[in-house]
Amino acid sequence: MKLAYWMYAGPAHIGTLRIASSFKNVHAIMHAPIGDDYFNVMRSMLSRERDFTPVTTSVVDRNVLARGSQEKVVDNIVRKDAEEHPDLIVLTPTCTSSILQEDLHNFVERAQLEAKGDVMLADVNHYRYNELQAADRTLDQIVQYYIEKARRRGELAEGKTAKPSVNIIGTTTLGFHNNHDCTELKRLMADLGIEVNTLIPEGASVNDLKKMSQAWFNLVPYRELGLTTARYLEEQFGTPYIDITPMGVVETARCIRKIQQVINAQGAEVEYEDFINEQTLHVSQAAWFSRSIDCQNLTGKKAVVFGDNTHAAAITKILAREMGIHVVWAGTYCKYDADWFREQVSEYCDEVLISEDHGEIGDAIARVEPSAIFGTQMERHVGKRLDIPCGVIAAPIHVQNFPIGYKPFMGYEGTNQITDLIYNSFTLGMEDHLLEIFGGHDTKEVITRGISADSDLNWTKDGQAELNKIPGFVRGKVKRNTEKFARDRGFKEINAEVLYAAKEAVGA
Amino acid sequence: MTVTQQPEALNFECETGNYHTFCPISCVAWLYQKIEDSFFLVIGTKTCGYFLQNAMGVMIFAEPRYAMAELEEGDISAKLNDYEELKRLCLQIKRDRNPSVIVWIGTCTTEIIKTDLEGLAPKLESEIGIPIVVARANGLDYAFTQGEDTVLAAMANRCPDKAPVAETEKSERNAIAKLLNFGKKKEDVAQDESEYVDHPPLVLFGSLPDPVVTQLTLELKKQGIKVSGWLPAKRFTELPVLEEGYYVAGVNPFLSRTATTLMRRRKCKLIGAPFPIGPDGTRAWIEKICSVFGITPKGLDEREAQIWAGLEDYVKLIRGKSVFFMGDNLLEISQARFLIRCGMTVHEIGIPYMDKRYQAAELALLEKTCQEMNSPLPRIVEKPDNYNQLQRIYELKPDLVITGMAHANPLEARGINTKWSVEFTFAQIHGFTNARDILELVTRPLRRNNNLKDLGWDKLVREEAKI
Repeated sequence: MKLAYWMYAGPAHIGTLRIASSFKNVHAIMHAPIGDDYFNVMRSMLSRERDFTPVTTSVVDRNVLARGSQEKVVDNIVRKDAEEHPDLIVLTPTCTSSILQEDLHNFVERAQLEAKGDVMLADVNHYRYNELQAADRTLDQIVQYYIEKARRRGELAEGKTAKPSVNIIGTTTLGFHNNHDCTELKRLMADLGIEVNTLIPEGASVNDLKKMSQAWFNLVPYRELGLTTARYLEEQFGTPYIDITPMGVVETARCIRKIQQVINAQGAEVEYEDFINEQTLHVSQAAWFSRSIDCQNLTGKKAVVFGDNTHAAAITKILAREMGIHVVWAGTYCKYDADWFREQVSEYCDEVLISEDHGEIGDAIARVEPSAIFGTQMERHVGKRLDIPCGVIAAPIHVQNFPIGYKPFMGYEGTNQITDLIYNSFTLGMEDHLLEIFGGHDTKEVITRGISADSDLNWTKDGQAELNKIPGFVRGKVKRNTEKFARDRGFKEINAEVLYAAKEAVGA
Repeated sequence: MTVTQQPEALNFECETGNYHTFCPISCVAWLYQKIEDSFFLVIGTKTCGYFLQNAMGVMIFAEPRYAMAELEEGDISAKLNDYEELKRLCLQIKRDRNPSVIVWIGTCTTEIIKTDLEGLAPKLESEIGIPIVVARANGLDYAFTQGEDTVLAAMANRCPDKAPVAETEKSERNAIAKLLNFGKKKEDVAQDESEYVDHPPLVLFGSLPDPVVTQLTLELKKQGIKVSGWLPAKRFTELPVLEEGYYVAGVNPFLSRTATTLMRRRKCKLIGAPFPIGPDGTRAWIEKICSVFGITPKGLDEREAQIWAGLEDYVKLIRGKSVFFMGDNLLEISQARFLIRCGMTVHEIGIPYMDKRYQAAELALLEKTCQEMNSPLPRIVEKPDNYNQLQRIYELKPDLVITGMAHANPLEARGINTKWSVEFTFAQIHGFTNARDILELVTRPLRRNNNLKDLGWDKLVREEAKI
């Protein structure tokens, strides 16, 4: 047992559900008790989905505990198949089903006999994997399933596409700025003259998976999601994959050079140096920013970075290599992939911190007193408490991290966005600091807009106590309204009863 | 045609139970705020933690007095000793927060692996010197607000059974607090006693924000009724005395276990009344309590009429409109009854669980309200099936659907107005004073529509051909 207030990565089933609901026309059925379908709320609220989240529950209740699920799971799968005609139903185990140890495999096989669509069991153990690992595994599982199915039926697409093409693997629903990154990557590929063969899982149909073999290469932009799939495709079809995240000017260039190398090896004969040059010097403002006076002022400023592997590593490199900022420590909560992170950032920061404990992270921030933090929502709140500005660069995130405006982190437009994010965090901190030195630009005392100073009204102890329970931002208004009410009725004294009578009368 | 237009009695149905609601462990969110000296320890998995973390939003960052005891593989396979593990965590909590009570929330996992929380608690309690209350608020058995019910039922057993005279063991721990309280109580008693009618002690149960507690207490005071205590009180150390023969009344419709415990274990007498939600409900609640004590209520007619008059601008917006409750928090019957009184038609009242005995008076008032308002009796669907409900919603095209967040945005995108049901659990909706707040919530989507009505943007999903 461990005492925990906060977790960075969610439970395994969330990962599976993110993959399933990213695909078009795939339905997930959770084997779970009532209330575990909170994923639907998150998807509907955070990413403001207009469509119903294709996730339902086969409810585990007392009867299931006593007698097993019996026909229930099978019936639910068959029913959903008839109602929504999904291409695929993914039966999703949860922590509850992990310990019940029912033979979910058997249910899937039985349901498959009746269902028109495909049915599969997500192979993820709650106690072994977290959300990110589970998502990676589930994506791989679905791809393998459809490649093998196509192979059995002889429907597997033969050979490569005529022009260089790519599968972009790993953008999902509820991923940090994934939809914007996705648009930016498509744009980048178009600029490079590369066709997007498939883009999975977000918005893809499982029926497209059989043509994945036709791509010249696979691009895995996020470290956490898609590598297993890319390795499988390499092993099956010899398709090379590129796992350089195009985030930041240098890394984007590195990714493009790698693409050039990979497709030229297959006979493409492309030359991207001019493109990289043009984009770096004139389209992205990040390189120019590094030269500008603004950035000069940031030289040697202390920052700390914490997040998932992809974002924390990329931001660390941008801060240190592209802006000359002193990254005191960089950290990740992807403990299971800590070696990779260490290798990526070691030369760009003084210290590497691997932890899933937000308390430890908070303490480490307090210890080094950086000028800015780049982290998750949790670090943002630590920053608030310590009065240090924070730019949010990774999940866990809130609804404000699902902006409607175009805000990619990847590609050349991404470099512009990241520059703004970093610069705004630091200047805000500077401004604050200067204000403090010069005593602020506003008096702190607010002059009350009360009715009159020589109030003839007397607040009793209970009246005052009730008034104090009212949230600060409306208390003044309530006080004024109540006093007005009391004056109108000729009350000399205001107690709790008068306060609430006033509320009823005014309707405030 | 054999089907009658208007069924004579309420029509109860039960569906598949495939509906969306919050897990009952969510009750820690409001209970830790209500009971100021408590600490809630949820003994469960990452799934529970993830839910709490996301559902509570910003509260998580305010150093809440709750935490997860996150079970690991070793706990599940009994490689680790439950007692030792819980002791280690509870000592840590004692050291860091020093609460007056630790509430263990049992979850689905502790049920399945059969952790004997009720057995472990007394042993650990005597070892570490902090009361440990066990509530099994799990998703296998309960929905959302029923979580509070399980906690209060457990707390009911901790209420002192005699007015504090000389309870040596306890007074030692809270000597200072008691000293302070004593002074306060004396003052209250001196100034108040004469204003009350002589009646047997009354204790109210149900967790409400402090301002609402004050409002309802004052409301009863106007009738000369004294509230001897509330379950829960602001602090665990201030739990009310419950002697045999005390009267108790519920303020919320989801407290059936608590009511049962108070009757069976504490030998209290339950006043079965409609719940004080809406001016009609509040009035009926007060009248019922008065009638039990043989008091003739004073001034309720005018008071109710005056509140209704103050609501007219909001009632105008909803009169004649229809509403559909998908059901997720058990407040549905009372809310529906109030909205019918406001002149709305209710198509369906979905509800997770329907205790016809505990809610008897509320159901009777619902029926009476329908007759008086000449409104068809709604169907009450227990354990609803959200998929079927959506089909009925498409067919009925209600003016308003009261639903959880999982369905709200998708329904809005299809041109159907929604109000998020969870807000009713957190808003102040009890008593005369807060009737307006209920309507503020109910009318919000309709007022929003009045503002946006000429834009022609009601349906915002692409229609795709059905296969």
